[in-house]
Amino acid sequence: MILDEFSASRTRRTLSAGTRALRALRLDGPLTGVLALILCIGVLVVYSASGQNVRMVERQLGNIVVAVAALVLLARFSTPQYLRLFAPLAYALGVLLLIVVDVTGHVGKGAQRWLDLGFMRFQPSEIMKLAVPMICAWYMHERPLPPSFKDLVVMAVLIAIPTALVVAQPDLGTALLIAASGLIVMLLAGLPVSIILLSIPVLALAAWGGWHFVHAYQRERILTFLNPESDRLGAGYHIIQSQIAIGSGGVFGKGYMHGSQSQLDFLPESSTDFIFSVIGEEFGLLGQLLLLGLYAFVIGRSLYLALQGQDTFARLTGGAIALSFFVYVFVNAGMVSGIVPVVGVPLPLVSYGGTSMVTILAGFGILMSLHSHRKLVGS
Amino acid sequence: MIRRVRIKDHWGERRVFTIRSIVAGVLVAVLLLTIAARLFYLQVVRYAYYSELSQGNRVRVEPIPPARGLILDRHGVILADNMPAYQLEVERDQVGSLKQLRASLARLAQLGLLDPGDLPRIEQTILSHRPYESVPIKLALTDQEMAVFALHRFEFNGIDVHTRLSRNYPFGPLTAQAIGYVGAIGPRDLAHIDPALYAGTTLIGKLGIERTYESTLHGKPGFREVLVNAAGRPVTREGPYRPKLRTTLPVAGTTLVLSLDMRVQRAAQEALQGLRGAVVAIDPRNGDVIALASSPSFDPNEFARGLTFKEYRALLADPDKPMLNRALQGAYPPGSTAKPYYALAALHYGVMAPDDHIFCPGYFHLPGSSHLYHCWKHGGHGEISMRRAIAQSCDVYFYNVANRLGIDRMHHFLSEFGFGKPTGIDIPGEMSGLMPSPEWKRHAFKNPADQVWFPGETLIVGIGQGYMLATPLQLAHAVATIAARGHSFVPRLVIGIRPPGAKRMIRLPPIPGPTVRGVTPAQWEVVDEGMEDATKPGGTAWRVGLNAPYQMAAKTGTAQVFSLRKNERYNEKTINADLRDNALFISFAPADDPKLAVAVMVENATGEGGQVAAPIARKVFDAYLLPPTSASPGAASPTTAPATTAPATTAPPTAAPPTAAPPAATGRRPARPLARTNPVRRGHPTDHGVTETP
Repeated sequence: MILDEFSASRTRRTLSAGTRALRALRLDGPLTGVLALILCIGVLVVYSASGQNVRMVERQLGNIVVAVAALVLLARFSTPQYLRLFAPLAYALGVLLLIVVDVTGHVGKGAQRWLDLGFMRFQPSEIMKLAVPMICAWYMHERPLPPSFKDLVVMAVLIAIPTALVVAQPDLGTALLIAASGLIVMLLAGLPVSIILLSIPVLALAAWGGWHFVHAYQRERILTFLNPESDRLGAGYHIIQSQIAIGSGGVFGKGYMHGSQSQLDFLPESSTDFIFSVIGEEFGLLGQLLLLGLYAFVIGRSLYLALQGQDTFARLTGGAIALSFFVYVFVNAGMVSGIVPVVGVPLPLVSYGGTSMVTILAGFGILMSLHSHRKLVGS
Repeated sequence: MIRRVRIKDHWGERRVFTIRSIVAGVLVAVLLLTIAARLFYLQVVRYAYYSELSQGNRVRVEPIPPARGLILDRHGVILADNMPAYQLEVERDQVGSLKQLRASLARLAQLGLLDPGDLPRIEQTILSHRPYESVPIKLALTDQEMAVFALHRFEFNGIDVHTRLSRNYPFGPLTAQAIGYVGAIGPRDLAHIDPALYAGTTLIGKLGIERTYESTLHGKPGFREVLVNAAGRPVTREGPYRPKLRTTLPVAGTTLVLSLDMRVQRAAQEALQGLRGAVVAIDPRNGDVIALASSPSFDPNEFARGLTFKEYRALLADPDKPMLNRALQGAYPPGSTAKPYYALAALHYGVMAPDDHIFCPGYFHLPGSSHLYHCWKHGGHGEISMRRAIAQSCDVYFYNVANRLGIDRMHHFLSEFGFGKPTGIDIPGEMSGLMPSPEWKRHAFKNPADQVWFPGETLIVGIGQGYMLATPLQLAHAVATIAARGHSFVPRLVIGIRPPGAKRMIRLPPIPGPTVRGVTPAQWEVVDEGMEDATKPGGTAWRVGLNAPYQMAAKTGTAQVFSLRKNERYNEKTINADLRDNALFISFAPADDPKLAVAVMVENATGEGGQVAAPIARKVFDAYLLPPTSASPGAASPTTAPATTAPATTAPPTAAPPTAAPPAATGRRPARPLARTNPVRRGHPTDHGVTETP
């Protein structure tokens, strides 16, 4: 603690204006810097992938402004106390809105994921990506760790409700991400290793048995359910074109805006879900490894910040935000390179689109708030 | 009961979280490395594979059709060339749904741009192509049709006019029979062509020179790389991504130089105007076909433009059969034009000496038979020598010749002149005619009673009637062989080629045919003189020789095309037009140094060979042997082509659907010759044009 004071006073003298601004906004310097770098890369790639569409770049910049504002506001003005109070409210509101969406979607006889607020469209399922880990962390905050069996059941129910509601939309990809964010909290909280080890063969067996017990047409239905946008042939086409794009990029890539797969529309969804393939085609293996390195830094730094959390809520929330970000990266990069089934998940901070970007940067805002509002007292 | 109360152990909780975080961090690192390994596999290990797939994705190779080789006459006059034509084309995916496509086609028909009867075929053709391909639906638009379309263009999506190279025949019907024509490539053509060579080509040779020399004329297509997007549509890029695309230029087809002399060809075709008949003129010194005419003719440009199915049917159904090339597809009894060959045979086999006289009382009968064979001259010719028998075409003289020769020697000797077998001319569809023999008769008839050769049949064949049939081309070839004193050449139309890039024409050497041996010069001389006498006063063709600045040698012929009943005499005025006699004429000139041999055949003529056919030959000789006068410029003004019976309807043609492809392309004959070509169906020989006395 004395050391802390000492280092703080020593550094204060040599602070630059930028660092002082970061301090004042309660932002973490290294994390903020790398996130900004990823956002810049994202804008450049969207410009190329959209076929040099300036309008799309403008809108993406608008999305970034909104998302960065969310990050800064949360980092600067929210405190761990507010966040703990806010967590159950956000969860309850999110569940309510999901029910509304499901009902209107059912009435409208079509898949519906968003609410039209007039000035913007809003996906309640996005709230849940943050609200579910927060409610779990909130629940465990006052309770001793590792969680008891009862605690695990309660958390499982808290996770299952929004997950089921999102599955009903139907949006399996997002549902899986929501469930994953909750499970991460359970794992970090100290889910007994015995249960983890036991669940692996049980799940595998259940999946295998279930797959072989159902009829062929049911399997077909499950596959269609997994990927409602396109049939298997369509999905196959997407993944083949994506792998051609990546593979033909080679080590150094075809050059910025010179990827034939993306420029000539062979690559589907090149600005959104398959933007990682555009990077692979135009910047090659080196470009993709650079981006993965930046992502790895963000995850590592986030985990490091979470480790410094002073209470259960801060640690669990921070850890969940860090690892959820990893899950997004892994599912998207794995999908476009063909090692994970096609799930409609954008590449975080790079893909065109506002909703997921706001959620992700808001998460990092919470993470930074939890870290920067530590009381400088040791335990 | 003891209740365990768990107390928060901050230190322990932090420891658990730290351990879990570290494990998670390691797991994150492993999974990220898995992705990196996967990327390494795709981008380094399988780079070549994916690179090639990407290349194949973005570049489509489009063919550039070659320009078809030109066809010239022997003096370089263009007989067939390529002209830009406005072509109406459809891009299906631009039109929209099938319903919209049908509506658009119906609207085009309503505007008179398409024939309503062709719509189903056009639709089928469009649907058999890929949706982004431009499919021609109307091959050549007239200025008026262009104007109509331009006025209504706004109504059509995906239908537009493109400029393409089309075939053009400046002389139209004048040269149609020799050159043939090109038409839309049909399914049957596709069976025997290399699709790679014909990529981008819409027309193919269907008949005549265009068909025989298809591979020479066609050339080699070039290729152009075209950038395409995922939908397969060619795209032009304005942005930074503009890859280099390669182009291979096409190689034009080889130019053909024909033996035809357009001045002579025009004279021949125009002389036949209004008649059904054929003229073949051959240079006896090398087999060059100087003129090859058949009337009525058709306009080959109509085929390159694309006939509607209705128009094509009308052309085939025309009773005058314009699609029949009478010069080589019509087989006719040669009649008296066969006599010079029998005279030579008689001299060769020694059954007659040149000065032997035969008494012609006007009829002939076989020993031991009361059956009378009449001479065309009622009172008879009296004492007659061979030379005069040829000049005056005495039948009785040649009954005697035939009787002395016998059918086997007649068959053998006339076969040497090419009778009964194709001449081998370099255009397709030639008939072989028929030189009958007892051997042939045994195989031709089913009924054993019909398989027997009667002595009377020998006499009939001896005056070129009966079963004997020859094409005008064979007649010309045979008389050219007489002109060349037994030396023959395979008739040919192509005498030179000029490959693309070559500065000079490559002349092709004449192709020697079989030589008639064992005839002495004196014997040739006798027949020559007889044929010369025919064009002099007293000869059967004396009128044609009047005022001719060169000496002709000729033989007339009048051949019956039907059998008279017993005791019936031929009366031209009381007989149906299509049963009238055919008029024939064979000749060469100048007699002392033959430069041209001409055969003329006119179906159902109102007059004899000397009256109808001979003047036609005279016009041909004049055109070839006399210097051109200002009044008859050789190949000038193709626009004055004579009227043709081709397309009865002048309605705008459309892309000929595959089914409308002329059957000539299939190897079948377009129609049966008007003359009887099926010897099996002919009547009994004793009935042939000869009255019988009991």
